[in-house]
Formats: sequence, C-alpha cells, structure tokens
Amino acid sequence: MTLLAKNWIKEWFGGLGQGALLCREIFQSLCRNRPSGKDLVYQMYFIGVKSQSVVAVTGAFTGMVLCAQSYIQFHKIQLDTATLAVVSVSMCAELGPVLTALMVAGRVGAAIAAEIGTMKVTEQIDALRTLATHPVDYLVAPRFLATLLVMPLLTAESICLGIFAAYVIGSFLLGINPTGNWYTMLNHTSVQDVVIGMIKAFIFGGIIAVVACFKGLNCAQGAEGVGRATTEAVVNASITILITNFFLTLFLTRLLE
Amino acid sequence: MIEARDIRKSFGSHEVLKGVTFTIARGEAVVIIGVSGGGKSILLKHLVGLLLPDRGEVWIDGQNTAPMDERQLLEVRRKFGMLFQGAALFDSLTVAENVGFVLNRAGQMSPAQIAERVAESLDLVGLDGTQQKMPAELSGGMRKRVGLARAIAYRPEILLYDEPTTGLDPIASDVIDQLIIRVVQKLKVTSVAVTHDMRSAARIGRRILMLHEGRIYADQTPEEIFKSKDPVVHRFVNGIADPKDVSF
Repeated sequence: MTLLAKNWIKEWFGGLGQGALLCREIFQSLCRNRPSGKDLVYQMYFIGVKSQSVVAVTGAFTGMVLCAQSYIQFHKIQLDTATLAVVSVSMCAELGPVLTALMVAGRVGAAIAAEIGTMKVTEQIDALRTLATHPVDYLVAPRFLATLLVMPLLTAESICLGIFAAYVIGSFLLGINPTGNWYTMLNHTSVQDVVIGMIKAFIFGGIIAVVACFKGLNCAQGAEGVGRATTEAVVNASITILITNFFLTLFLTRLLE
Repeated sequence: MIEARDIRKSFGSHEVLKGVTFTIARGEAVVIIGVSGGGKSILLKHLVGLLLPDRGEVWIDGQNTAPMDERQLLEVRRKFGMLFQGAALFDSLTVAENVGFVLNRAGQMSPAQIAERVAESLDLVGLDGTQQKMPAELSGGMRKRVGLARAIAYRPEILLYDEPTTGLDPIASDVIDQLIIRVVQKLKVTSVAVTHDMRSAARIGRRILMLHEGRIYADQTPEEIFKSKDPVVHRFVNGIADPKDVSF
C-alpha cells in the first residue's frame, strides 16, 4: 500500500514536471515561430465552430434550469424579478466558463489526445522529428493558440444563450415581469463578472490544450494506450478546471474588487 | 560519417544494447541484421537521435549528438531521411503534402518548385500521378514507396530504412529493394537499413553488421556473411533455430 502510494505520488509529480516542461516548450515555440495561419484557422474551426452546438445546448439549458430553480425560491419571498440577475451573475462568472470548459474538454480534449496519441503509436511523431520538425511547433502550438482564442468566444456564446433562454423562460413560462427582470439583471451584473468569466475561459482553454496534448504525446503503445490517453485527457483536464476555478474565483474577485 | 561508440540502452531492467560500436563511412550501404526484438530498430533510432543512449555516444559528421537537446538534434536530422517500418505517413495530408512536407515548412522553394520536386521524387519511386491520393487509399507497398519519396524529397545525405520489406509480398519486397538500390546510386547517399530479411540484406547491402545479444557480433561483406561457418551467423542466415529455442 505504501509502495503504491509512493509510486502514485512519484508519477503525479513526474507528470506535473513534464507538463511544466511542455508549457515552457510551447512558450518557446510561440516566441520562436508563428504557427502557420492555415493550421491555426483549421484548429479554430475544429475547436470553435464545431463545438458550438454542444456549448449552445449546455449554456441554454443551464440558464433555463437555473432560472426555474431560482424562481421557485425567489417567488416565495416575492422577489421574482431578481431571478435573471442570479442567472446572469452565475452564468458570467462561474457556470458559463466552467461548463463550457468541461464540454470542450470532453469534445476537443478527447479528440486532440486521440489524434496525437494515434500519431505517436503509428510513429508519425517520430517521422515528424526525423523531418526536422519539432512536434510542439507543428502539433501543439497551433492547438494551444486556437484553444486560447476560441474559449472566451465560446464562453461568451454560452453565457448569452443561457441568459437569453432564462429570460424567455422567465417571461413566457414562469410569468415574471420581463422589464423588471431585465432591469434587475442589468443592475446587478457588473463588468467585473464578465471579465472574470473571460479570464477563466482563457485559462481553461490553456489547460484543455496542454493536458490533451501532453496525454497524446505521452501515450502508451497500442490501441489501449490511445484509449487510456484519451480518457485521462478528459478526466485530468476536467478535474484541473474544477480545482483551478476555485482558486481563480478567490484570486480574481479579490483582484478586481 | 556515422560513428557509434559503446552505445548502451536499457528499458526498465532489460538491457537491449550492451555496448554497440561501429563506423559507417560516407556513401556506404550498410545493413544491420539480427533477430526480431534484438534492438535493431532501437539502434537505428539512436543514429537519428530519436532515442538517446544511456551511455555511449553517436557522432554524425564530427558532432556528438548525445548531449544535444531536441532543437539542436533537429539541425542534425536535416542530414537524415528515414523510411519507417509502417511508412508513418501523415494520415491527414495528401501524398503530395507528405512528400513535400519538409520543403513546404522550410519555405525556401516556390509552390511550383515544390510540386516539381514532389513529382520528381514520386517518379523515382514509380508513383508519379498519386499526388492527390490520401495515405488510406494506398496499399502497403505504395505507402512504403511514398515514405521513401518523402525521405528523399529534400535530398538528405544519409538514408535510414527500418525494416523496409517487412509485411510485403516477395514481389513488393523486390520492388522496394530495387528502389533502395536505385536511390543510393542516383543520389549518392549513405544508406543504413535494418532488416531480418536476408534476401533483402544481400541485395541492398555492401556491408552487413549483425547485432546479436546487444552487441555487433559480425561485420562483414554479404558474401562473407553467407559463407560464414560461425554457428550464430550460419543459423541466422539460413533460418535454423537454436535447439535450445525449440524445446517446447
């Protein structure tokens, strides 16, 4: 048991160290060469455009559920018009960035890890290296940059749809006064909430790309290796996002107070 | 010139290379033979810096690659072209994009010049006209030929072949062997192939190194290897199992 725990800790710190080295390599790569425009646009299309349906459904239904739940509580104390404000603040600062990141981690993180992992087991990564091309320059940097750029946009889309869906549900299904609901929302949602959400989205984008690329590049041999790398990419990215979100909330709310 | 000095490599507790030393002169055509799982491909990957030795050194044209980092190794690798066992073509790119990969990334040639060089390289392996095909549309033999075209497209000085005929039928194997001979003669490159196919080794090699139990066991011409009376070499060349290995 002690040996197992020791090995786990050793592996965990080893992975953390390798992840840090990958981050350094990505930074150096971005400083040294600009990723090709074609690669970057393709990755932004794949990560951003192709994720829109998932993100839109998540944002809209989260907004609606939150609206319904908040309304039930606020209605008891005759504060119906505070519903949209609660939805808005929650969506902007917490639920929008976190749920978008979790959905993107599932869709994009898995795809990146599986693609790079398959390239690793079929010796395509070795082929890249023999063709005098650093895998980080060719594979990781464009994906990293694309994820960083599209995550705030996807999050903004999710937040807008969440608030809009909540507004529609509140006004037409729950019978909340639309003007009062909207006015209270504007009064209680600050620029700070939106900025916090965007900063978080940007950071979560980086986490998804680094974890997925790291798992793909360090994939074990065979189909099982690719499967494990894909699963670990999604699980590790999701857990890292949830833990990071807590610390970011503490840090950013103090910083932007 | 390629020089391996006392290369040692272990994976876990298993020591695969136990002190491999040899020199390959410019323009030589060398074949490394040995049993499957004996470390031939591992040795080849050390030459191009895909793996670094635990101990020992690899010198390429007077440069020791052992202490180099990945970015420094990229510069050394510009001298190399490598044909992988499974060809290792990039799935998401067309044949033309695969063959012109290095030229496109280097950005020193115009698209027309790159297209011309790609066609020339594909013509050399008998596949001109397949530029727009995807790797998934090609047979095993064609994939290896495209892999070879990719390896020679940027005119490297040293060509490495990892099991070039493995998994191919005898006719396709002969085609690959003939192509390797043609490329070596036409481009005047140093060639290092790893194989356990003795027919192929005899055709493409002017010198054969036999890797046995982690060390270079024999270093002879193909004629000498085929006539060797040494029991280990004789058994391998003629495909005769050691009695110890057949005690089921």
